[in-house]
Amino acid sequence: MENEKTCMDVPLSPTEGNGGEPLSALNPGERGVVVGMDGGRGLLCRMTSLGFTPGAEVTVVQNFGHGPLIALVRDARVALGRGEAGKVRVRRINHD
Amino acid sequence: MTEKTYTVALAGQPNVGKSTVFNLLTGLNQHVGNWPGKTVERKEGTLTHNGATYRLVDLPGTYSLTANSAEEVIAREFIIRERPDVVVAMVDAAILERSLYLVSELLPLPAPVIVGLNMMDVAEQEGFCIEPQVLEAALGVRVVPMIAARNVGVRELVAAIDEVTRGDYTYAPKRPEIRADHQEVLTQIGELIDGCVPEPYPQNWVALKLLEGDREITAMMQTCLPGEQWETVHDVLRAHDDALVAVASGRYEWIGRMIRAAVTRPRAGRIGLTERLDRWATHPLWGLGILAGILGLAFWLTYTIGAPLQDLLDVYVVGGLADLMGNLLTGAPAWLQGLVVDGVIGGVGTVVTFLPILVIFFAVLGLLEDTGYMARAAYVMDGFMHLMGLHGKSFLPLFLGFGCNVPAVLGARVIESRRARLLTILLAPLVPCVARMAVIAFIAPAFFGAAATLVSWGMTLLALVVLALSGVLINKAVFRGQRAAFIMELPLYHLPNWRTIGLLVWQRSLAFVKKAGTLILVVSVVVWALSVLPGGEVETSFLAAVGRWLEPAGRLMGFDWRLMVALLTGFIAKENSIATLGVLFGSTGLTAGGAGKEAGLAETLAATFPVSTALAFLVVQMLFVPCVATVAVVKQETGSWRWTLFNLGFLLVVSLAAGAGVYWLARLGGL
Repeated sequence: MENEKTCMDVPLSPTEGNGGEPLSALNPGERGVVVGMDGGRGLLCRMTSLGFTPGAEVTVVQNFGHGPLIALVRDARVALGRGEAGKVRVRRINHD
Repeated sequence: MTEKTYTVALAGQPNVGKSTVFNLLTGLNQHVGNWPGKTVERKEGTLTHNGATYRLVDLPGTYSLTANSAEEVIAREFIIRERPDVVVAMVDAAILERSLYLVSELLPLPAPVIVGLNMMDVAEQEGFCIEPQVLEAALGVRVVPMIAARNVGVRELVAAIDEVTRGDYTYAPKRPEIRADHQEVLTQIGELIDGCVPEPYPQNWVALKLLEGDREITAMMQTCLPGEQWETVHDVLRAHDDALVAVASGRYEWIGRMIRAAVTRPRAGRIGLTERLDRWATHPLWGLGILAGILGLAFWLTYTIGAPLQDLLDVYVVGGLADLMGNLLTGAPAWLQGLVVDGVIGGVGTVVTFLPILVIFFAVLGLLEDTGYMARAAYVMDGFMHLMGLHGKSFLPLFLGFGCNVPAVLGARVIESRRARLLTILLAPLVPCVARMAVIAFIAPAFFGAAATLVSWGMTLLALVVLALSGVLINKAVFRGQRAAFIMELPLYHLPNWRTIGLLVWQRSLAFVKKAGTLILVVSVVVWALSVLPGGEVETSFLAAVGRWLEPAGRLMGFDWRLMVALLTGFIAKENSIATLGVLFGSTGLTAGGAGKEAGLAETLAATFPVSTALAFLVVQMLFVPCVATVAVVKQETGSWRWTLFNLGFLLVVSLAAGAGVYWLARLGGL
């Protein structure tokens, strides 16, 4: 279960196994590469068809630490509920 | 010369300008209906070119072709079963990689594909440089660059369709291949199902969909394969249940290879118009403020322009028609006059006079949708909608309800999850529509004078609070608090296309006129008959008998039988309540006549009933069972009498309880 009230500025510890941190932990402007995705088949299907697959580069456009967030993936702006964003695991790309 | 007819399917992801292209190709030469057995809109049109006729079928906009929703199944079943002569796949040049995903799913199907590379101007603005001929060479299919919103490239698209259907173009597509790490298992599945795949499904495609875990195809093959063989397949699939993501990644990798040579990407760090606007429009605080402002403006525009038009229509067209028919029928028996003037013209008039307001409201909303703003409204409303177990996407259909509940219920189709769609439909009748507001606007001034506006706002607020509470309640009690996933694309802002908006308004208004028009007319005639039979007097009619029978229930809210009858006739159309009161309180006909007569009625009402009764009447009007047209679409869209009756029962209980509560509170307060 995702807790909607967690303060998202503090990065959560990486999920064991495939690693990475949830997309919802990234601040606006931060970039990451998708390393894995969790969730049921229906959700995964919708996320992949909207551009989220392992290897895809994602930029968080807006994230206020609560409520939905906006990410830029494969040049498309996609709004994700906090719960859904928590299921996309990313590896941060450091700024140049 | 024999004329040949070809079938052309139009496919594309949402927001790629597919409907603009469809409208450009077919003009008004189109037919809107439903896909058989589904509540998904089906648009079909024809186009003639170069001595051939093309039947254009607009497939539902989908991001992929994996059986996630009815839309996806419809799109792929059409291509597989009907074998269109060509599939035109619209893609957005500014989101090329992502929108080619659907193309990567279309290419393995047995129909030649033409790619319509739309929004070339937007792509250029965003800093992309795309060479269509290079992409064409890479994909091995025709690629037509277009700016559909400015009618650029449409002629070339038609020429390409002509070329491909006549076989003048050698169609040699590069089909996406599965990633190397899953090649072996795909071959294995292919061998296991060999010879058992029913016609007309391509075997390779079925194998791939099995690997992806596609629900429909899995179920199909389970029945087609002998038990033991299915077990073997099932074991293989279970060992590779991660294949879904791998297959999707493989498609994007293929797309990456296809576009590499054709696209030069903008330098990172560019800030486009969309991003600048979104800093405000999607901000949790400013975004809500902007939304409130825009919606306020929408209402203001609707009523400032619409209300005078409505009055004009009422007086000159409906009133004129009633007078005209009255004169024509002077020699006719009284019942015929009554039937035509009160029954038929009264019913038609109701529909006609609401059209201006609806058309303006739908035009403003269409504008907001077409520019891409509505997705932002959904985004900022997401938090609030969560309270009801819904998410942002339910906002637009519910908001449409302020115009008319019929398109609101129909609009719930945009919501993917069945549960959220159902809940949105059940809540839509609680949005105060134009007709309900008309009743409030008529009664409130008589009782509350200067405070009438305040009372109207209060009533609207009450309806919305009840809506929110009902949402929370139904979600908790019936759906056990489940919530659907919220994933939604925020399209780039762009200039509105008047043609697209015009057609949107046309289709929504038509839905109202068709549903409401026929039903209101029929029920209006029936109620007129009930109000004059058997004796010709309202006081002794069947309608009055029903009202008197219901009076004990009405007394809880301070109503007498006449108010109960007014409430019941509101079932035809909400504003009919006023016309009914007009008849019951001694005006001459059911038709909405001159303003003078209505003013008289308002005074009579104010003299007859205490303020507490008036308040209760307004509250019940606001929350009562919706009009017959809305009930009909609720049944149509839920496909279930059980849910329809649940909805009616729920609204009945809520409205009467709220009415009684307000009545007794007001009495306690000395009103």
